[in-house]
Amino acid sequence: MSKLKSLEDLKRYREQAKETIKARKTNENLLIVGMGTCGIAAGAREVLNVFMEELNKRELSDITVTQTGCIGMCENEVLVGVKKQGEERITYGNVAPEDVPRIINDHVVNGKIVNDLVIGKPQSK
Amino acid sequence: MESYRSHVLICGDTGCNSSDSPQIQEKFTEELEKNGLTNEVKLIITGYHGLCELAPIVIVYPEGTSYFKVSQDDVSEIVEEHLLKGRTVDRLMYHDRDSEEKIPYYNEIDFYKQQERIVLRNCGYINPDSINEYIAQGGYEGLAKALVEFEREEVTEEVIKSNLRGRGGAGFPTGEKWKLAGQEPAEPKYMVCNADEGDPGAFIDRSILEGDPHSVIEGMVIAGYVIGAEIGYVYVRAECQLAVRRLRMAIEQAEQLGLLGENILGTGVNFTLKVVEGAGAFVCGESTALTRAIEGRRGMPRPTPPRSTEQGLWGKPTVVNNVETLACVPYILANGADWFTNYGTPKSPGTKVFALTGKVKNTGLVEVPMGTSIRDIVFDIGGGGIQQDNEIKAVQIGGPSGFCLPEDKLDLPVEFDTLDDAGAMMGSGGLVVMDEETCVVNESKLHLKFIQSESCGKCTPCREGTKRMLEILERITEGKGRSGDIELMKELGDMIINTSLCGLGKSAPNPVLSTLRCFEDEYKEHLENERCPAGVCSDLVKYQIVPDNCIGCTACARVCPVDAISGEKKQPHEIDPDKCIGCGECLKKCKFEAVVLG
Repeated sequence: MSKLKSLEDLKRYREQAKETIKARKTNENLLIVGMGTCGIAAGAREVLNVFMEELNKRELSDITVTQTGCIGMCENEVLVGVKKQGEERITYGNVAPEDVPRIINDHVVNGKIVNDLVIGKPQSK
Repeated sequence: MESYRSHVLICGDTGCNSSDSPQIQEKFTEELEKNGLTNEVKLIITGYHGLCELAPIVIVYPEGTSYFKVSQDDVSEIVEEHLLKGRTVDRLMYHDRDSEEKIPYYNEIDFYKQQERIVLRNCGYINPDSINEYIAQGGYEGLAKALVEFEREEVTEEVIKSNLRGRGGAGFPTGEKWKLAGQEPAEPKYMVCNADEGDPGAFIDRSILEGDPHSVIEGMVIAGYVIGAEIGYVYVRAECQLAVRRLRMAIEQAEQLGLLGENILGTGVNFTLKVVEGAGAFVCGESTALTRAIEGRRGMPRPTPPRSTEQGLWGKPTVVNNVETLACVPYILANGADWFTNYGTPKSPGTKVFALTGKVKNTGLVEVPMGTSIRDIVFDIGGGGIQQDNEIKAVQIGGPSGFCLPEDKLDLPVEFDTLDDAGAMMGSGGLVVMDEETCVVNESKLHLKFIQSESCGKCTPCREGTKRMLEILERITEGKGRSGDIELMKELGDMIINTSLCGLGKSAPNPVLSTLRCFEDEYKEHLENERCPAGVCSDLVKYQIVPDNCIGCTACARVCPVDAISGEKKQPHEIDPDKCIGCGECLKKCKFEAVVLG
């Protein structure tokens, strides 16, 4: 560790240090992966890990990855919900690891729903 | 860069460690490995959460789901259900006592909901061994502001404006104290942190040092800078091993980052911090005795003035501040005096941490804005008496040399001046709840016994006076009291208060005199009728069996440790008063209300 020599040094250090407690802050933006037995069997763990990697790669820190149990659509697992602040939750089905970058890029970052993967969304849309 | 999707926080202070926290940590590591989650889930050992009663506490983030009284056997379920499958383990959640509704997040529990955590805000949330987590939470920003943006005098003015008063008991304005020491011409000056928390039942300072040591270090550097001291000492009890270890670790980390030592943050300010482990004498909480102990001499107080700010450590100007006071300082500097005065009352701004113990449901550490009534602390946060049918009769505030406040005084707000006016004091923050099963005479005896054995022996009133008072109390509780004893105690008490050298002696008779004020009847009952109404003083407790209620089940005879109960099966039993030691086991065992206090 090199010494902090100014107020700016401390501020920069703090920005980096924030990463260490990132997982303890619940954001308004949520990425929810179905991790029931069915989800895990369909590869939810791998999908979740790829999400984590992708978020890290893009340095997206305002989104929280969380899990949920089986929601009853087992044949469509892996199920992934994206709930952005102030918006309705969109549910994607049959998500494979290779779909992850698209969901992040199109929906999470650019706000465009990935329609071909959607299996559940509010009726008004 | 490390990245985990989930953080699991396990509380690990001295109290939690005695409830198997280390074993639970081990088990978590094992289970995470078994389930292949080691790279996804991070374990963090934190300091104190506050609710000791339900320790150990495990909190899973990002959801913030809180599990209480977690045992080693619960760990695999938490890992498999919550961390792997995303399902909460409802049975380990807090359940509301009345509605039995489950409450998933700890901050929604009544105990936490009504608290205002400033001093304790990092305790239980960050890893105290990680300076990164402290800085991530805004740590050392107050110091940076003080050193870079403010002149020395401006820092003092800001603290004076915040009206921060010493949390150690006396409530002296912190900024004024700094100003006094800063004005002294003598060099060098010293900054001392009093972490010699010795009240039985108080664990506030220890918990802050265990849960958030950097906040105290930061406060000390700021104070040192203001008064012009380049050396600081933390005088901490050697028996608080975990606090000492974490403090040393924190000092090392702060030195590595250039936040302690020479040329702090490139500003040319120097401050070195040393830890002095005290041998655990109550009198060393007195600042003049404490500074002597740091010098390597026997911890004995000396007459004041001169005050420590004039002639303290090695005869040089010294500021002695308490742990909780210092922990407030960084937040005041970072957020401004006006922010601080938003909390509490105009004359006592901010918050105060209390160690809530005794006959109350939720025991632990609570932090409330000044001005909160004692009743709110005991009933709303503490959940009221431990047993539904027992009425709370008093609270002891301020430790063994504090005051006993009867039930009808519980609406008093916790505020320095109001408590002083009411003939009590804030003290260091011990709050012991007593119910009708507590004997105030016995309680006073225990407090006095502690003080008496901790008296340093330097001045006669404290050394001899407390000894005589204790003798009187002992004979009263043994049923050997003499007429005039109560008057004698009052006289002795006044004399000790008026003529003792230091605060230890001056406050020693408080528990006795304050209980005499509101519970004199209970003393008289002991003295005149040789009866202990609470059934505590074993020499005065005589149990009897009401023959009409006794069905001869023999349950009492079987639990009696001294075989004082005899009788045929299915026939009324009898207690031999000569053999009975008054332990009360028979009373607890009897289901037919046949055993009664004689």
